[in-house]
Amino acid sequence: MSINRREFLKIAGISTILAIGGMSATNVLKRNWLDASQVLPDPKALIGKKWAMVVNMTKFKTEYDYKRVINACHRIHNVPDIGNPKREIKWIWEETFEHAFPGQEHEYMGENIKHQPFLVLCNHCDNPACVRVCPTKATYKRSDGIVMMDMHRCIGCRFCMAACPFGARSFNWINPRPFIKEENKEFPTRMKGVVEKCTFCYERLAKGLKPACVEESNGGLIFGDLEDPESDVRKVLHSSYTIRRKPELGTQPKVYYIIT
Amino acid sequence: MLETALKGSRKYWGLIIFLLAIISAGFISYLYQFRIGLGITGMSRDVSWGFYIGQFTFLVGVAAAAVMVVLPYYLHNYKKYGRIAVIAEFLAIPSVIMCMLFIFVDMGQPLRVLNVLLHPTPNSVMFFDMVVLSGYLILNILCGWTVLGAERKGMPPPAWIKPFIYIAIAWAPSIHIVTAFLYAGLPGRHLWLTAIMAARFLASAFSSGPSLIIILCLIVRRFTNFDPGKEAIQTLGKTVTYAMIINVLFLGFEFFTAFYSTIPGHMHPFDYLYTGMEGYGKLVPMMWISNILAVVALALLINPATRRNEGTLAVAAVATFFSLWIDKGFGLVVGGFVPNPFERITEYWPTVPEALITLGVWGVGFLVLTILYKVAVSVKEEVVYDKYGERQVKLFK
Repeated sequence: MSINRREFLKIAGISTILAIGGMSATNVLKRNWLDASQVLPDPKALIGKKWAMVVNMTKFKTEYDYKRVINACHRIHNVPDIGNPKREIKWIWEETFEHAFPGQEHEYMGENIKHQPFLVLCNHCDNPACVRVCPTKATYKRSDGIVMMDMHRCIGCRFCMAACPFGARSFNWINPRPFIKEENKEFPTRMKGVVEKCTFCYERLAKGLKPACVEESNGGLIFGDLEDPESDVRKVLHSSYTIRRKPELGTQPKVYYIIT
Repeated sequence: MLETALKGSRKYWGLIIFLLAIISAGFISYLYQFRIGLGITGMSRDVSWGFYIGQFTFLVGVAAAAVMVVLPYYLHNYKKYGRIAVIAEFLAIPSVIMCMLFIFVDMGQPLRVLNVLLHPTPNSVMFFDMVVLSGYLILNILCGWTVLGAERKGMPPPAWIKPFIYIAIAWAPSIHIVTAFLYAGLPGRHLWLTAIMAARFLASAFSSGPSLIIILCLIVRRFTNFDPGKEAIQTLGKTVTYAMIINVLFLGFEFFTAFYSTIPGHMHPFDYLYTGMEGYGKLVPMMWISNILAVVALALLINPATRRNEGTLAVAAVATFFSLWIDKGFGLVVGGFVPNPFERITEYWPTVPEALITLGVWGVGFLVLTILYKVAVSVKEEVVYDKYGERQVKLFK
């Protein structure tokens, strides 16, 4: 049986349309269908179902306690120091109590509490508003609960920044590379025009290491799996009174704070 | 029909060249932004959307407003709108094009724009916004062009276009509702987190859009032989009046909820916008200009004598348009970001390149509008009598 050119083009055209349509349809219907991986996972890798962090503020006493943690994160993740608050990139930083927990302060509160710096970072919400609004799935929730960023897919629309009630996200308004003091070749740098934030050190978890900030915190930051009743975070959450930032918004933040 | 856009008077070509010059200035500024990044704008980590997204939001309303002419004409057979249905549809086309361009110039990685199609994400309102905007653009080109083509041939529009016209009518509000949902579904942005956001958007759209159509009708009548009709303009005036009253009422409802409940998060953005906060108040003069223009517009519109007088109606239309342009194209977007999630204040003001790019996009819109209107007016001047046998061309110039 032979076919003429017109028929051939018809069949080719229809199959192309079906293939592309089918691909986008499966993309829509089956989210996170395939987890691509080039190498076998490290047997030492830390595996969790719902990673979370407890910030024990009683362990943060001197300015150095904060700086050590912040610098550890920003150094290994090539976070640039742009120096202009309008353009700055930050993954973990200090905010005073009244700003980290707006509405919780009152006029009779002691200055020491009101102005006590708190460490703030991405809350890796269980119900993340940023993931819901992203038009390209460039930000997504992994099966271990980490809210991730694919900086190669991000189109820079900044919808996630408008959606995040915690101000956790930074946008590269300009090329960040000239502002990196000492580049860590183990971690990718970013280009202009994409959004970035804390990723709970997914790259360290894959190697069996806890997040850099946790390691540097001398016990001030506790990291673990909420689904594991024996984990450090579960034990602390059970025994201590903890609060979260803006729980009323229903995003289910997974960073908890011990104040006293 | 497009060939009629290639023959024109000196004034016509002068306007085209003027718009091309504005577009070039915008384009050069865009190349600068493309190279350096969005850091050339006034936006910041705290106010991460600005002028571009504001213009987009405002113009979706202008585009949707075509339905205020098309609906009475096609669904209620309101004959006076027969002449200007195409004028409204041809305003929707450049408006949607400008919307798309404003989204594009706001992107940090514009070359990745197709990721939105490659990874369709139905849980993102932005995905739906793209769908409804492209659909609306196609519908308006199809309906406007087909009906105008039929008028040129002296034939009634083909029957197959009817369903598309009805779909376009239902589609128009959807583009603005979806755009409102971009804002109204975000936790923690108190100014936007309001159930009447979509309703406010529609009310402001149906006052600013028809205002612009009134202005355009008056310009077309002055500079061409085509007469859109006195009654059509008067009816548009009534539409603007009611929509603007509803729009101002809605804003009042927002004020009531915020200031009677006295919930700080709800009051803060309004405090910042209208009185300034902690010594920051860059937007306060703009917002009060918007308020004053709204009062002037309402006074002129509600008073029958000034509404019937085309001179004062034109003033009211201009006042309405600019009042809402400030309110929606500026205040609404920036106000949502101030104060920020830490209750700190970072102010926003557009930079010169940002303003030039914005102007450039408006230039593209007006260029497309000019060309489309040239085509429409040429056809109307040629046909002389409208569908109902009334003369739509002035007797003498």
